[in-house]
Amino acid sequence: MPGHTAMLLAAQVVPARAQMATTLGFHIILACLGIALPTVVLIAEFIGLRWSNPVAMTLARRWSQAMGVLVAVGAVTGTVLSFEMGLLWPGLMRRYGAVLGLPFGVEGLFFFLEAIFTAIYLYGWRRLAGWAHWWTGVPIALSGIFGAMSVIAVNAWMNQPGGFTTRDGRIVSVDPWQVFFNHAAPYEMPHMILAAYMVTGFTVAGVYAAGVLRGRRDRYHYTGFAIPFVLAAVLTPVQIYVGDTAARSIAHDQPVKFASMEYVPHTSRHVPEWVGGVYINGHIYGGLRIPDVDSVLVGFGPGTRVTGWDSVPPALRPPVVWLLHLCFDVMVGLGFLLLLAGLWALVTWWWRRRLPRPRLFWLLGAVSGVAAIVAMECGWVVTEVGRQPWVVYQLQTTAAAATRNAGVLASLSIIIVIYAILGAATILILRMLARRWRRADAGDQAVPYGPPAAGVPGRAGR
Amino acid sequence: MIAATVGAILLATVTLYAILGGADFGGGLWDLLAGGDRRGRAPRTLIDESITPVWEANHVWLVFALVIFWTAFPDAFAAVMTVAALPIWLAVAGIVLRGAGFAFRKEVTRLSLERGLGATFAFSSLLTPFFMGAVVGGIADGQIPGQHTQASLAAWTQPTSILTGFIFVGACGYLAAVFLIGEAARRGDQRMERYFTRRAQVAAVLAGALSLATLAELHSFDPRLYTRLTGRALPLVIVAGVCGVAVLVLLSTGRPRGVRVLAALGVAAVVWGWGVAQYPVLLPGTAVTLSNAGAPEATLDAIVVLFVALVVLIGPSFGLLFALQGRQLLRAGGDGTVLPTAAAQPATQPGGRSTARTVVLGVVAAGALARTLRRRRRGQ
Repeated sequence: MPGHTAMLLAAQVVPARAQMATTLGFHIILACLGIALPTVVLIAEFIGLRWSNPVAMTLARRWSQAMGVLVAVGAVTGTVLSFEMGLLWPGLMRRYGAVLGLPFGVEGLFFFLEAIFTAIYLYGWRRLAGWAHWWTGVPIALSGIFGAMSVIAVNAWMNQPGGFTTRDGRIVSVDPWQVFFNHAAPYEMPHMILAAYMVTGFTVAGVYAAGVLRGRRDRYHYTGFAIPFVLAAVLTPVQIYVGDTAARSIAHDQPVKFASMEYVPHTSRHVPEWVGGVYINGHIYGGLRIPDVDSVLVGFGPGTRVTGWDSVPPALRPPVVWLLHLCFDVMVGLGFLLLLAGLWALVTWWWRRRLPRPRLFWLLGAVSGVAAIVAMECGWVVTEVGRQPWVVYQLQTTAAAATRNAGVLASLSIIIVIYAILGAATILILRMLARRWRRADAGDQAVPYGPPAAGVPGRAGR
Repeated sequence: MIAATVGAILLATVTLYAILGGADFGGGLWDLLAGGDRRGRAPRTLIDESITPVWEANHVWLVFALVIFWTAFPDAFAAVMTVAALPIWLAVAGIVLRGAGFAFRKEVTRLSLERGLGATFAFSSLLTPFFMGAVVGGIADGQIPGQHTQASLAAWTQPTSILTGFIFVGACGYLAAVFLIGEAARRGDQRMERYFTRRAQVAAVLAGALSLATLAELHSFDPRLYTRLTGRALPLVIVAGVCGVAVLVLLSTGRPRGVRVLAALGVAAVVWGWGVAQYPVLLPGTAVTLSNAGAPEATLDAIVVLFVALVVLIGPSFGLLFALQGRQLLRAGGDGTVLPTAAAQPATQPGGRSTARTVVLGVVAAGALARTLRRRRRGQ
């Protein structure tokens, strides 16, 4: 009978994890846009108001229209996640709901502010005057950041639980402050918020870079590219620094996760760094081995001892090590690729005071959004799969948290279908908006402040 | 004591969601029943304009209620989410389809697409409150065992659940119709005012009849809840009844002033009647009460602090949103071209003066808000 229960648990936990991964992986893209897009829109509107730049102003209005669609979809997919906390993980909520609920409550507060001021900002374009309208957007941008901090506080807490005491398996006291600012919060919070800004900046920029590649080399497209691209490119080196710090902290806080990220089977010194490579049954196929570098990265010296995954029994190690490692490598690699794109633009600006002209740069710009999204998703795979088999690190296993209800497979299938349609519809609607705007521009040639047919590259944002 | 306070906070958020979110769902219901493209154009436009700026903010009450539920009463939350998983999943699907359908419909221009998305929005506006009601009915009827680990069909398919589901739908339609009368009046649209007055009357009668039917059903099948509803919760039940009758009378005499408040009060009285009837038990039929449902005192304290912060921060923000919406200052943006006023205005202003202008504008807006609120209070 216990064996049967265990099998039942194992059978339920995989679809439950798959469903959480699907819905979270989908929502996180919209969440990124929800966190950072208001800032991008506000920057454009600021440029439009401060330097009476009609192109930036048009972009701000149009981006805010797209924001309306994205925020609505994000609001519902976010609601799905709050229900799933109970529907998929009743064990987690029963045991730790009183602890991890608190940051969620704080997030609810900021979600409120965000929703209210988004409504005022989006629908106040016509009637609220210039700067008054701009200021109604500021609370959206701020509550986006604070709301993100709250949600990440929960995830960080799952990685480094603390701030509570238990007696006989029940929680008897909670220190909300320590729950919120747990041990992993200082590196997880900035890492994800910067990721949100990079995803948003590069995604929006990518849309206009694609336009430039199609020959729409006008001031409208250069401005639409430059505003988000500069924001994201400036934050990229900061993100690389934060990410490096985070990895080093994980080496200490969650050594088994780190060992899986970096292929460290045995605790040892002079650990090599593997770039790429697939680990199967003790062999690493392909990949580049750089001696001592992993030890140097962890402790700034080749003699640094790095804990391997042999420090815990196999049942307590994450599954599919190669997936973790490759996701980590892809995230880091894409981060550097995006850094390169920013540096290219910076150097060209330094010498020539304009954006780069080579097609390769715009190709890079066009894929930068997808690259940022892939990097962010890979990061989530690393942090979530790397924590397995735990849902709350070293306190509760994911299997113990999962629902025992049959039918998760059914809800998973339905959710995949609904989300596929939702994703496709969102993209279609945004493309339709873009088409409508292009048609409006074509008809607006006579308008005195309309974008000129061919702009001067590099005057963007001026 | 603190547990009772948090219980009251949870019930307050549920009440606000029932009134504000309920009216939004009801809007979808009237959209569904508005008829063909031509006949339904006017009511659909009014519904769309009224819901658009506020539905997301109203929706957040649901998320907030969920969070308070699982933080303060994790045992009860886990039990409800396990036993009533199926109707909750269906409600979640409804929430997704409804939000997406509504947001997308606004941006499409082709009629067939508009129709499809509108139908998605409207139909899911019907399903979501029904399943939510079924879950609440199951809880009230004592169908959620405290330690059960499997979903149960019986928990939400017995008559009380089904009737509660219908009451939810009826109440949503009732609230929406009453609110839409005011929206139509504000736009000076007498035809729509009459249109929604008729519907509000029908919905009021239906919701009232359903409530009485539920009471009768409880009398024979769940005497425990019935005695409590007609015992300690009787004043609230009477308030709910009086409000409903008053709304009907006011509507048929053609004096719709104050009906919104009465309708909202009636719905609130029903929610609190339920709360008072089962206090202090959280899951009737089990030993799970407000004070032993899993959270330590520090958590409950934190929730109270959080709620105070919410009231302080969100109250004025909501006031601003509803005041701007009431003054029809919030409209959908349109084609995304620059308005000459927005672009040209600051161009002539040096930096210092535009800051002063913003401050002045802010003061004027705050004054207008205060004035509206005062006038509204006097009006009722």
